[in-house]
Amino acid sequence: MTELLKIDNLGKRFGGFVALDNISLSIPAGERIGLIGPNGSGKSTLVNCICGTLRNEQGSVHFDGHRLDGLDAHQRTHRGLARSFQLPRPFVSLNLMDNIRIPLVYTVAARGKHHGASELQDRCVALLREVGLDSKARRLPRDLTQVEMRKLELARAMAAEPKLLIADEAMAGLTHSEVEDILALLVKLNEQGVTVILIEHIMRAVMSFSRRIVVLVSGKKIADGMPDEVMRNPEVERAYLGQ
Amino acid sequence: MRTPLFLLVLLLVAAAIFAAAVLCGNDYVFFAGYVVMQYVVLSIAWNILGGYCGYVNFGSAAFFALGAYSTVAIYKLIAAQDFYSVPIPVLMLIGGAVSGIVGFGMGYLTLRLRGAFFAIATLALAVVLQTLIVNWDFVGGSRGAYIIRPESIAPFGSYIRYLFLMMMLLAVVAITVARLIEHSRLGYGFATIRDDELAAEAAGVPTLRLKLIATTISGALMGMAGAPFPYYIGYLQPASTFGLDYAVNSIAMPLIGGTTSWVGPVVGAVLLGTLQQVATVTISSAVNLLIVGLLLVGFVIIAPNGIVGLFQTYFRHKPEDFVGRRRVDTDSPETVP
Amino acid sequence: MIFSFDLLINAVVSGILIGGFYAAVTSGVSLSFGILDIVNIAHPAFIILGSYVAYIGNATFGLDPILTAIVATPLFYALGAGIYQVYYFAFEKRGQESLRGLAFFFGLLFITEVSLVLYFGVDYRYVEAPYIGPAWHFHMLDIPLRILVPCVVSLLLIAVLQLFLTRTFTGRAVMAVAQDQLALRLLAIDPIRIKRIAFGMSIATASLAGAFLIIIQPVEPSVGREYIGRVFAICVLGGMGSLPGTVIAAMLLGIVESLTSTFYGPSWAPAVSFGFLLLTLAVRPAGLMGR
Repeated sequence: MTELLKIDNLGKRFGGFVALDNISLSIPAGERIGLIGPNGSGKSTLVNCICGTLRNEQGSVHFDGHRLDGLDAHQRTHRGLARSFQLPRPFVSLNLMDNIRIPLVYTVAARGKHHGASELQDRCVALLREVGLDSKARRLPRDLTQVEMRKLELARAMAAEPKLLIADEAMAGLTHSEVEDILALLVKLNEQGVTVILIEHIMRAVMSFSRRIVVLVSGKKIADGMPDEVMRNPEVERAYLGQ
Repeated sequence: MRTPLFLLVLLLVAAAIFAAAVLCGNDYVFFAGYVVMQYVVLSIAWNILGGYCGYVNFGSAAFFALGAYSTVAIYKLIAAQDFYSVPIPVLMLIGGAVSGIVGFGMGYLTLRLRGAFFAIATLALAVVLQTLIVNWDFVGGSRGAYIIRPESIAPFGSYIRYLFLMMMLLAVVAITVARLIEHSRLGYGFATIRDDELAAEAAGVPTLRLKLIATTISGALMGMAGAPFPYYIGYLQPASTFGLDYAVNSIAMPLIGGTTSWVGPVVGAVLLGTLQQVATVTISSAVNLLIVGLLLVGFVIIAPNGIVGLFQTYFRHKPEDFVGRRRVDTDSPETVP
Repeated sequence: MIFSFDLLINAVVSGILIGGFYAAVTSGVSLSFGILDIVNIAHPAFIILGSYVAYIGNATFGLDPILTAIVATPLFYALGAGIYQVYYFAFEKRGQESLRGLAFFFGLLFITEVSLVLYFGVDYRYVEAPYIGPAWHFHMLDIPLRILVPCVVSLLLIAVLQLFLTRTFTGRAVMAVAQDQLALRLLAIDPIRIKRIAFGMSIATASLAGAFLIIIQPVEPSVGREYIGRVFAICVLGGMGSLPGTVIAAMLLGIVESLTSTFYGPSWAPAVSFGFLLLTLAVRPAGLMGR
């Protein structure tokens, strides 16, 4: 399996606070990774450094064979990286259709794939339908519930047609069946060839979805392996129960 | 409405306005009208960066003044009789080019800064530019520069009529450019920058490039508005040309009119511009600025979406289905991003 | 350009002293922008207002300008608190601080300045006091007292502010409100009240800074504009909210301005402070003693 994402000795500080401490990670294409850890352990910071929202001071990120350091976030998205934000960040003055349209016309188009007007519309509606928001296609984000906004976040990330999708706590607040729906969606994406990193606190979702789990505690990677072994790891137990 | 048709309608409106002004019989109408049209251009230009992208530019005066001083520089460079044969549109293009390049440069230096820092940086840049011009003797420095306005020009009669027409046509161009942006992929990109720049980057929007486009177009339009100014004013002086009055007006007019489309700046410029012309003549120019300041603060607190926003609330439309943005329930073929 | 050591040392000393004054002027912005993240671009206008209040006290009642300013401080505090309330309800609550908040303060700048023009006219106003006029001679140093006295009182003001921010409970709450509003709420402290206090103090400093200004130079309404660049340049360079940093940055700017003015002429002076600002923003947005 080819290596899609390679992180070497990634380090990030905020003033005196070490958010990420020498993180190294290798993710092959087509993988389903669960990234877990207590709040404040650095999961979102890691995502931000991978995607270019934050600049890491130390270490490097390689994606699809190319070095990402120094590239702006939008360039990384063009190369096939996509993420949803933990706290939804919709484009508030655009309706849902247009929210989805943005990655299509800026990212997908940048790769040379141009859609005609009606094709574009169909694509947007289809994506909204995948997350169950097609009935609200013409509404503004302010008319959505928190849960619906998370779904929009995910749909917008999917619209960028990524090779690697990072879903940052996309399922918070969802009901049992909604979680199942999103999981099914992510599995389907994975079967279509998209590598998925799932950052979640809902353990059963992480366990059922991931083929491999990475555990972050206080900015350090303390475990990386098959779900069963990781969950039996005493350090991991301590991190979750001993705190 | 397709763009060519829209342009035609605008030109017809412009022709009607010009005809009405001629019928008034008093050249003062043209002097006042010139200033109003100038503010229409400045407001639309400011709004492209401010309203569409959300980046506040306090340095409008600098771009305007650069356009004016480009004209002065040309005047000093070439002989008088040659200068007067240079048509205003050419001067506008040159002024626009100079300001556009400076706009690009300013953007390159400042656009990586967070919103508030960007605004302050634009103010700083305006002052630095002003200081450079004041110390540049070639264009008159602090003594100022004179350009004698010709008495008349065929077939318009008095020269001010020609100036007014040129400025009005520039306003037509500015409105058309703004509308084209709104309906294009660029306009949507601008909106994402305004709404959430971080998310825009993550979605693949090249935010820096778009912001540079916005500052360049905005600066160029302001420069074009400034190019004929030496003709209008006769005596150009750095202190007033770079004055904060231009900054406050180019911000107040779009904010009072409404920032989401080209309509707001036009409404704001026409209303506020006319009000100021009346106030300057009847009361004083200081009171004039006080009114602008009060209106700006008042509207920004009470009616943040401007006059256009008030209309929309009154008629209960949603902001995005007003002219210039796509309609909520239909998709016109032209709006293919 | 005649280079003389005499001229140089006087320029440097004068720069340091003016820098002390600049620090007082900037202290208000360190509070409002550095700590509260509110871009009060109208701050210089309030300083000019302070100058005129000192002028009235001096011309009408013969009071010492600094004394007048101290008396006027509670009024300025109330003004600041009131402005913050409006700002909070109109902008912070609605999340529209950036565009409209800036426009709001820009409008206030104009309203204040033009109101002063309408009421007082554009003539330069000055105050009279026993320390305006005489100069202190020390070897080759020529220090006018009208610059020395404001500098000393300015530094006193900064010291008091620093003590307040670091030693009192409210002061530390002000420092904290910038970083973690939630934490304050959990301690049953209302962050809005704290911000109101801080902003009120910010404008209160303008009263004193205004008095210092009119002691140093004659004032007319548009003088405030040249201070916009200075104030934000010093605030950013000084590390956004660090008062010691503000003092150092202010003196640095004062020295550079003084040297430029002495050796290249005063017409380049505005470009110095604004150029400084651009440089600072481009190179080190975190300032010298960064947060």
